[in-house]
Amino acid sequence: MSSVLVSTKINGDVVQFACPPDETLLDSLRNRAGLTGVKEGCGTGDCGACSITLDGQLVCSCLVLGVEAEGRDITTIEGMADGEKLHPLQTQFIENGALQCGICTPGFLVAAKVLLERNPKPTESEIRYALAGNLCRCTGYDKIVRAVQAAAKDMRKSRK
Amino acid sequence: MRYESPTSTRDAVALLSKEKGSAHILAGGTDLLVKLKLDLFEPDLMVDIKRIPAMNEIKKTANGFKIGAAVSGAKLGENKALVKAWPGVVEATNLIGSDQIQSRCTMVGNLCNASPAADSVPALIAAGAKAIVVGKNKRRTVAVEDIVTGPGSTSLASSEIIEAITLPKRPPRSGDAYQRFIPRTEMDIAVVGVAISLTLKRGVIKKARVSLGAVAPTILLVPKAARAIIGTKLDDDALEKLASACSAACNPIDDKRGTVEYRTRIAGVLAKRVARIAYTRAGGS
Repeated sequence: MSSVLVSTKINGDVVQFACPPDETLLDSLRNRAGLTGVKEGCGTGDCGACSITLDGQLVCSCLVLGVEAEGRDITTIEGMADGEKLHPLQTQFIENGALQCGICTPGFLVAAKVLLERNPKPTESEIRYALAGNLCRCTGYDKIVRAVQAAAKDMRKSRK
Repeated sequence: MRYESPTSTRDAVALLSKEKGSAHILAGGTDLLVKLKLDLFEPDLMVDIKRIPAMNEIKKTANGFKIGAAVSGAKLGENKALVKAWPGVVEATNLIGSDQIQSRCTMVGNLCNASPAADSVPALIAAGAKAIVVGKNKRRTVAVEDIVTGPGSTSLASSEIIEAITLPKRPPRSGDAYQRFIPRTEMDIAVVGVAISLTLKRGVIKKARVSLGAVAPTILLVPKAARAIIGTKLDDDALEKLASACSAACNPIDDKRGTVEYRTRIAGVLAKRVARIAYTRAGGS
């Protein structure tokens, strides 16, 4: 199978990679662009560990082909912190102990960021529905929900 | 596998009809890429339709709405005019998967995947939706209930593409609704799904269409169930007749999600609830 050259933008940088047409964007990001913050959980769109944004939309990168990224705009967990300065969600995940093994964490952070951009003051129920596509087998979710609530509060404060 | 992303329906059809091996259309990919991952199959050619402008539009037309085949569930939910006219169609589509899936999944993909448990399809059938099918030398308009012929199979020829779904213009005092039964609160596959669309005149149901999902090899349009409520104000007697007609139409399988008996019973229970919601949305009380 011959590879296809793909030009795309990842976390603001123009990136080119060549991949076979049946390769998932998840594999292209991890193995060709070196972005291993994107995790593979199930590989079938159920767990959300590979969540990224594609043209601003939250997607599972395991359900997108690498070749589909041509000319698109991608953000991954690697683009979340501002240099050394963590995003409020990242800070609050640490503060609240919202992770244990950490495999689901990048996906939760990316999905939570999309939620807070659309809805700066989500209710607990809204957070739980918005994060229903992200599975965590360690925390029992409560600490994640609390971290998102705390980060939302921080972000609202800093906006004032 | 080769990958092509044409920018017109005509080019997409040409690619499909020229292909000597197997070809598959890629819309949202939320079913297709799972099958690829699980090594269930790999086509020789994959034709991505997401770069075709006409397939990405939701258009309000003189005859209702025209929704392109590549329009995602999330995009449907953001279209206020569509949500207002066809809340049942939108809520059914928005029940598919997580936010991640909603960013990608499409109604036409849900239809062509041809699962008996597809959520958006009962709502489309109840709505009287039509599929605009484009082939090599002709276009045809097909009622949504005539697309699926069995689990995983459709009446489309291998070079045909559904370009868009049309929803008819809504008369005043109309409402539609969809509900499914699942054992969880979210992220599940329908054990039973029921969609009803109706139009009232002075509180009396003048027109109705009832569709059932996950209770037969294909999603059913049940005219007998519609007749049970047409001419009524949805009184208890009409609701009971609706429930019996729905249960009588069921021809389900036993599986881990539900038994034949359970699905048959629940179809009637859900139909009553859905009819009440559609009736209220149409302005009935």
